[in-house]
Amino acid sequence: MDLGFSAAEHAFRDEARSWLAGHVPATPLPSLETAEGFAAHREWERTLFADRWSVVTWPEEHGGRGASLVQWLLFEEEYHAAGAPGRVAQNGISLLAPTLFEHGTDEQRARVLRPMASGEVVWAQAWSEPESGSDLASLRSTATRTTGGWLLDGQKTWSSRAAFADRAFGLFRSDPDTARPHQGLTYLMFPLDAPGVTVRPIGRLDGKPAFAELFLDEVFVPDADVIGEPGQGWRVAMSTAGNERGLTLRSPGRYTAAAERLAALWRAAPAGTDPALGGRVADALTGARAYQLFAYAQASRLAAGHSLGAEPSLNKVFWSELDLALHETALELLGPYGALSDEAVEAPAHGSWAEGYTFALAGPIYAGTNEIQRDIIAERLLGLPKGRR
Amino acid sequence: MRFLLTDEQREFARALDGMLGAAGVPAAARAWASGEHKPGRALWARLAQAGVFGLAVPERYAGAGRLPVELAVAFVELGRHAVPGPVVETVASAAFLTRLGDAGAAGAAAAGEWLPRIAAGDTVLSLAAGAPYALDADAADAVLVVEGDTVRRTDAHGPVQPSLDPVRRLSRPLGGTVLARDPAVSAAAAHARDLARLATAAQSLGLGRALLAATVAHVKQRTQFAVPLGSFQAVKHRLADALIGLELAEPLVYAAALAVAAGAPSAGREVAAAKAAAGEAGYATARTALQLHGAVGYTEELDLSLWIRKARPLRDAWGTPAECRTRVLEG
Repeated sequence: MDLGFSAAEHAFRDEARSWLAGHVPATPLPSLETAEGFAAHREWERTLFADRWSVVTWPEEHGGRGASLVQWLLFEEEYHAAGAPGRVAQNGISLLAPTLFEHGTDEQRARVLRPMASGEVVWAQAWSEPESGSDLASLRSTATRTTGGWLLDGQKTWSSRAAFADRAFGLFRSDPDTARPHQGLTYLMFPLDAPGVTVRPIGRLDGKPAFAELFLDEVFVPDADVIGEPGQGWRVAMSTAGNERGLTLRSPGRYTAAAERLAALWRAAPAGTDPALGGRVADALTGARAYQLFAYAQASRLAAGHSLGAEPSLNKVFWSELDLALHETALELLGPYGALSDEAVEAPAHGSWAEGYTFALAGPIYAGTNEIQRDIIAERLLGLPKGRR
Repeated sequence: MRFLLTDEQREFARALDGMLGAAGVPAAARAWASGEHKPGRALWARLAQAGVFGLAVPERYAGAGRLPVELAVAFVELGRHAVPGPVVETVASAAFLTRLGDAGAAGAAAAGEWLPRIAAGDTVLSLAAGAPYALDADAADAVLVVEGDTVRRTDAHGPVQPSLDPVRRLSRPLGGTVLARDPAVSAAAAHARDLARLATAAQSLGLGRALLAATVAHVKQRTQFAVPLGSFQAVKHRLADALIGLELAEPLVYAAALAVAAGAPSAGREVAAAKAAAGEAGYATARTALQLHGAVGYTEELDLSLWIRKARPLRDAWGTPAECRTRVLEG
């Protein structure tokens, strides 16, 4: 049992740290959920990609560094400690790319991955539908065979980044006559500016258009944009779902950095601050450290040839609740200033606590609600019987 | 970086688990609670034989060397089986005496006298440092009492005060002779406290694992409304939360053990974080076990009570969560 890092890992960390020190914008970019901020974040992705820091774990041929999972964890620690911008390319990188690596064709990888990693093409997800949220397999949007491809019809919703993104990926029902809802689904990629696509941005809780509804009316998609076999979409998508809720969507570095900032806030708190808040700060520090160590253990197990099975569900519940508790404590420590939105001129830390809080509120909902995750934990990790949801 | 137990460490845990599972621990614990220590001391000898106490004793005192990771592995198993007795206090005493011996202080002779006997399982020690009561003083061969720069040894104690966990017998150490009066005493006591915290955290983790396993088994088998209890979502979610708490506390415990092993400056903070997290996770699991067993879980007849009643004192012994959080904030 060893928590020490190799010389190569130290060198990788140091290289990342010095690059970040020279490139991270001195003041935070505008919120990526605004048109102006989206453009600025897209530009940041280009900067990252130019020096091969956008997708460090990808093979070099696709613009990565072939880094190990451990190196990626270290990069993420440095990235968040440096206060670097949020990743507008995240959905593509953490959800679509793993699916392409596992189920895509060489042609798809050659065509899709580099523009994804450079921010040239920003991807939105198109999973949920108005009547299909947690029960995703009940989805009704269709893909109908046509010459050379498919026609998409229906409605998708809660599509993160879709207000400003270029393309989307999701599941469509290609065979309406199957015995079970998980069958007859096909995984497709499609452009958001294609004829027949209407994007209606939806304001999240603070009004920013962080997601959108997509109305699809005979949207043509060529066969080349089907991932995996038609009708096998559920199986193809589930490899993505594990990545989303587990490590790769939310690395521990995000929380260790935020917890350190919270501790700094606590140390700077005015005399007379409720000491009980200190306990919550300690819990945030401990929780972030726990998740970091848990991830190190997972990376070690993966390196030893084990698989994680349903374990990423533990990660998802833990980081989403940690994030929320951490930000709630921060707002309380900020006292009257904790009431200010990130757009307020006087918002502390350029509004990053307010923005982080709003973002954290969604954590227990997206990527499979925490209720669904707890069902998975109980049934697949503890072996409890399936029951009514 | 390979943050995984080695095959040898896993095998050590499996061997202890197997040995304790067949050793009649619940009966020994019940006897211990009534003041009958014989079965408990027999168990103690088997733990010594398995090498548990030697893990806190340097080789020059006939121990296995100071091995905090292996010690944590062992104490997870002691917690899993709700082993009675001042196991934590004895290994913490070993850490204390070792430090005192290293400092060349007046108590060095005591280190030479006791450490080989601790490793062999012949001496059971309790330790009171900044607390009014010593655990199981009535069963121990001696109690070490630390106050500031002074440490006393005593065989005398006041009447046993019944505790919420009857297996944990508390009494006031009385009188005794001064073993050492030296600035090294308080430093050694701080080190001993960290080791006690680490071992207690590991016990909490193992205790929680056992409670979770027992409760999962119960809700799979117990039927109401014609379905297993475990098919109800409210039941599932409580158990899922228990698992999350334990799974995320475990790496804190082993990282703290590594920090202690390395003598890292962060060791005190890491041990405190592990203690708070594991103590809370173990106790939360006990609450879930109690709730999901229903009325039968609220009886002392069921052996489960031996685990349920231990969760709270383990959470609070050698540093309550509040004290540990304060330590975490100190950095």
